Amino acid sequence: MSVTVGIPRALLYYYYYPQWKTFFEHLGVKTLVSRETTRGILEKGIKSTVDEACLPVKLAVGHVMDLYDRVDYIFLPRIVSTARKEYICPKFLGFPDMVRNNIDHLPPLIDNNLDLYRKGSSLYNLFYTVGKQFTHNPVRIMRAYQASMAALNNHCRDMESGRLPFETCDSNRHNRQDQDVGVSDVTIAVIGHPYNIYDRYISMNMLKRLRDYGANVVTADQLPEHVFRREAGKLPKQLFWTLNQRMVGAAFYYFDRPEVDGLIHVASFGCGPDSMTGELIERFARQDSRKPLLNLTIDEHTGEAGMVTRLEAFMDMVRWRRQLDDVAATYY
Amino acid sequence: MGLMWICIKAMLEYLNVDVIVPPPSSKKTLLLGVKHAPEFACMPLKLNLGNFMEAADLGADTIVMAGGCGPCRFGYYAQVEHAILRDLGYQYELVVLEPPQKHIGDLLDKIKQITGQQSWRRVINGIRFGYHKAEAVDKLERMAHYCRPRETTAGATDRALQHALQEIINIAAPEGLPAALQRAVEMMNAIQVDIHRPVLRIGLVGEIYTLLEPFANQDIERKLGSMGVEVDRSIYLSEWVNEHLFLGLAKNTRSSKLTKQKAAKYLRHFVGGHGLETVGSTVLYAEQGYDGVIQLLPFTCMPEIVAQSILPRISAELGIPAMTLIVDEQSGEAGLITRLEAFVDLLARRKQTEEVLA
Repeated sequence: MSVTVGIPRALLYYYYYPQWKTFFEHLGVKTLVSRETTRGILEKGIKSTVDEACLPVKLAVGHVMDLYDRVDYIFLPRIVSTARKEYICPKFLGFPDMVRNNIDHLPPLIDNNLDLYRKGSSLYNLFYTVGKQFTHNPVRIMRAYQASMAALNNHCRDMESGRLPFETCDSNRHNRQDQDVGVSDVTIAVIGHPYNIYDRYISMNMLKRLRDYGANVVTADQLPEHVFRREAGKLPKQLFWTLNQRMVGAAFYYFDRPEVDGLIHVASFGCGPDSMTGELIERFARQDSRKPLLNLTIDEHTGEAGMVTRLEAFMDMVRWRRQLDDVAATYY
Repeated sequence: MGLMWICIKAMLEYLNVDVIVPPPSSKKTLLLGVKHAPEFACMPLKLNLGNFMEAADLGADTIVMAGGCGPCRFGYYAQVEHAILRDLGYQYELVVLEPPQKHIGDLLDKIKQITGQQSWRRVINGIRFGYHKAEAVDKLERMAHYCRPRETTAGATDRALQHALQEIINIAAPEGLPAALQRAVEMMNAIQVDIHRPVLRIGLVGEIYTLLEPFANQDIERKLGSMGVEVDRSIYLSEWVNEHLFLGLAKNTRSSKLTKQKAAKYLRHFVGGHGLETVGSTVLYAEQGYDGVIQLLPFTCMPEIVAQSILPRISAELGIPAMTLIVDEQSGEAGLITRLEAFVDLLARRKQTEEVLA
């Protein structure tokens, strides 16, 4: 009987799932992803996490709870750093320990470190230590690793070509959100952590809603790495959070693009890095740009109606501003 | 940050730099900060911002701030605060003292930038002078922690501590420091104490700023002291300076190595800030037979949240009661006192029961 490894549909699932899945498949290990977020999953997470933790962490705990009696292992790599001299948020660093110390009767966690902080460290370290727990054949691990890297590259290319992560993650979903619903006349850039904007329950289907309002949605993940790094280089000091560097870089990039009509910055309540980068983006918007910026903070209490109202108001404002610009252009 | 200004001021004045000490943090400072800082930034940023604004009104023109390289947000505070101040129209020069990544020389370079044309020898002496003052201040504070719950006249310790600290503050040159420390220690020793009085012992752990700054933690050390509790802090200023700025150059101090070993069972990776130290110190306090632990953190502090979610497990396994206090601009004093009294009562009752059973 083969073993099953559970992967929570949370946090960096949206970036790395194709890679993780391919890797385990090549080792002959089955993977099981937790179900899509529901109120129930979130409630479970909230109950077993300290109140002060941010929404994504609570949600991730909920997804672990969703998996824990159905799988043999839970894959919860300790994602310390995905780029040299940079970190992910501290909560990612301690996440496996937070889970371990708060949930009883867990299946074994696979919590090896993904740490590229130092020069010369490589992703292979993580996959080798993980792979060793399932096979003793190093060649097999190497092959699986190479296949997984190919999958990761494909995934990145897909994202850069405009598809959103959850669309590439589950290609067989029936209600796939189609890119071209009707005609889109404005382009909105949605800037936020992948686990906030792509989770349809947490973001309350924000992307779909925007498209229904006739907006073409772009996100930070569609930019190649060198672009957002170059843009983020405008900051006085290099940010040491990879995800936020992507967000700030993308925000600066989209502020400069003529085809982008407005930006939405999505932060979760109590998110540490977002409080800093949100501030920087806002100041930049006020000084150097005329583009509208909407700052949305989401948490477990968010009411859907409030968010719909704000999105509608924002869309109206974007359209009015564009009309005004058009009028101004014809007269002057 | 607490009494840190004493050492920084000593160091810079020794190097002929004009120093403006902003008024101690107060409600007004906090209000100023809250008004202009990002909402979800932690309280230290807001207080800091308020401090700088008050200092600017007194004529300061250069900010000297510590930096960092993550993952705690503090590493980016200097830049964000500078941007906010600039937008508000304050003309500030910014010097960020980044912790030396490879070599202590990096730090010295930055200090040279502040001090201008002074000999290295003098600069190094200045730093050493500041560090020795930090040690002296820590020593006095430790004595106060011991005396406060045992004093026979209420308030005697606080009065003595004020005078003793003044002795240290008044010293402008390294030569006078040992004698001043001697006088200060004598003042502290003169406090009438009842050494047989039973006291509870509580360890304070948590985020460094809220631990060291009495305004941020609502003077928790004094409050606990007057309830008959001897406190110990997991972090003292001189230890922190030694570990983080001097890379452990001065020996013979409590080091964080031990705390890290102790934490390993519960938290296997550092999480920035003092998260790991919080976990490790809690284990240490449990092993040293303390009666309880109080964790202090500013709202939304990321590393401490990780530690906070691990503390209940430690508390259950090692049998040490732990309480978490979160502070922000909304904290009220009465609520804090109630919680502290309840916690202290609980510890006292627990101790009593244990003694009866024994």
